[in-house]
Amino acid sequence: MHFLPTEDQLELQRGVREVLASVFPLEKLPDGFDQSAWDSIVETGVFAIRTDLGLGLAEAALAFEELGRVCIPGPFVATFITAGFADGPVTFLDPARQPLLVPYLENSQAILILGEQPVLAPASEVVGSTALTEPLDPLSPLHELPSVPSGTAVGAAAEQLKHEGALLTAAIQVGIAARLTELAVSYAKTREQFDRPIGAFQAVKHICSDMLVRTELARASLHSAAVILDDLANGEMAVLDPGRAVSGAKLLADEAATGNGRSCVQVYGGMGFTWEVPVHFFLKRAWLHATEFGTADEHAEDLAAAL
Amino acid sequence: MDLRDSAAESAFREQLRDWLAATLPTVGPEPAHTDWPGRREYDTAWQRLLFDAGYAGINWPKEYGGRGATPTEHLIFLEETERAGAPYVGVNFVGLLHAGPTIVTEGTPQQRGAHLPKILTGEEIWCQGFSEPGSGSDLASMRTRAARDGDHYVVNGHKIWTSHAEVADYCELLVRTDPDAPKHKGISWLMMPMDAPGLTVRPLTTALGSAEFSEVFLDDVRIPVANRVGDENDGWRVTMVTLSFERGTAWVDQIVDSIRLIGELAEIAKKVTSRDATAWDDRGLRREIGHLAAEFDGLWAMTKRGVTEAGTGVPGPTASVLKLRYTEARQRLMELGARVLGRASLSRADIAGLPASEWTKERINSLSYTIAAGTSQIQRNIIGERLLGLPKER
Repeated sequence: MHFLPTEDQLELQRGVREVLASVFPLEKLPDGFDQSAWDSIVETGVFAIRTDLGLGLAEAALAFEELGRVCIPGPFVATFITAGFADGPVTFLDPARQPLLVPYLENSQAILILGEQPVLAPASEVVGSTALTEPLDPLSPLHELPSVPSGTAVGAAAEQLKHEGALLTAAIQVGIAARLTELAVSYAKTREQFDRPIGAFQAVKHICSDMLVRTELARASLHSAAVILDDLANGEMAVLDPGRAVSGAKLLADEAATGNGRSCVQVYGGMGFTWEVPVHFFLKRAWLHATEFGTADEHAEDLAAAL
Repeated sequence: MDLRDSAAESAFREQLRDWLAATLPTVGPEPAHTDWPGRREYDTAWQRLLFDAGYAGINWPKEYGGRGATPTEHLIFLEETERAGAPYVGVNFVGLLHAGPTIVTEGTPQQRGAHLPKILTGEEIWCQGFSEPGSGSDLASMRTRAARDGDHYVVNGHKIWTSHAEVADYCELLVRTDPDAPKHKGISWLMMPMDAPGLTVRPLTTALGSAEFSEVFLDDVRIPVANRVGDENDGWRVTMVTLSFERGTAWVDQIVDSIRLIGELAEIAKKVTSRDATAWDDRGLRREIGHLAAEFDGLWAMTKRGVTEAGTGVPGPTASVLKLRYTEARQRLMELGARVLGRASLSRADIAGLPASEWTKERINSLSYTIAAGTSQIQRNIIGERLLGLPKER
């Protein structure tokens, strides 16, 4: 057992982080999906981690944490999990969930429709869709579909795609949670009230400590689930039921990202409630991801059923 | 990142499982909680079995009689003994996990020779004299005074929360040897024989109703200077050095136990009826159980990460994070258990075919977890200040 990223894995993560930090500084987030931004993400190789580099979900999870850290919008998860059989960008639809909402529809080549039998539908052939005029996350456009489009069956099992989608969404959430912790801590060190940094007060310090705890627990759970799915794919014996591992990771990651978003707003005080401080973008993204690839409540129920 | 046992780890696990399967049937029933002589005998007999099989002092260096196991093997040992329902470390706790490692690291050859072999075989039981009525979270403010008189210290003071004091042979005692120095600089670490004249033990009854702790009153107790471990006034550092000995494994048995209890709780919920359905028919309750399962699975993953950090010498945030989150999760588990048990939770003995005894007692006992060994509030300060670099309050 060696449950820490290897030097190679850390190097891959650092590489992705450096590119993303230079292309997407927090002070100039794109105001929506941006094709040139997408292209620079493709160039980092994150979507080819499994297909071209022959690596696994452990490496993908580390890279996807970095996508969360910069709050960049895009259909990353579905593009990754369909990389073996579809050209990106690929978005996705959960046909069991009303209203039928699809993110980044106009920016995607295809929609992965994740029903019992997953199918792929060309995005250009979708008819009757309506763009939401006021999506919760201002950087992630949503379209409402009147009905579930038909498509062609894909060669991957629904369960596997759902596990991978939940895992990588959890990875983005962990990245969001980690970045929000950094933002809150950095603000708590510099913002002064009553003649001292607010982070010196236990009431504020403890909020920050809880943010780190939520992030680290979610990250340990995420990495464990990633390794378990990789072991399964390699025909190895997994140390825990894969569904249980993925559900735990998604649940804890949702909790970390949304919980840290609220905490970060609180630490920033009034400024946290303004548009110009980017905290709200992270929280709104976290709220969006919390509804994707299974909610925390659904995963909790699945976990209970697996006991 | 790899969660699987290496070939050597797998062999270690198999061998341990075989030994446990052969040995545990020979271990008698656990004595009553109130029977201290019985508990000492039971716990030390188990320690002797471990010693004879080469598992005593699993994380101690080989040169001092330990097994010199890797942190991962230590984890496997705790995981497998817990799963097999083996006895706990019990009265051997302070000797094996704190006083012994302190003597290993800071003791003289004579001190090592006199104590380490007996701690490993279970012949010598230790207790801890650190906290005082006026010094809890602010431990370094302790006032128990040791004045030098020739080749002895004369000690006067009052210690509290001393586990196993009734049956201990020695106490690892923190005393103030320089009352004028800054509070962390005037402390020394002494080995105090528990039969020393002037020493009085008064059992302290806990909320559980048992005498797990004692107060220890020290009235002109004479302790040889030769019993000091480390330099005079260097006791704070001596104490801190040892805290790393657990190497991320401090909560292994309890986390493994919590994962078992989550499964048990699901089974209880299927049996208990409320209004016209079982508790398990309640989707909200199932979600809460599932949520806690995620929590403990996550804590187990985090434990493995902490153990890996310990093995590679990478300092990580794991110890305080685990302590804080685990203890609070354990309390939530016990509250949920009580809700599922309903009125059966009012009995401290099994009732109506339900395992009320274990859940009810642990519901009470778990109240202490967020206080002992650094309160949750102190853990949050440590995380905020040492891991996140936030300024101290003053």
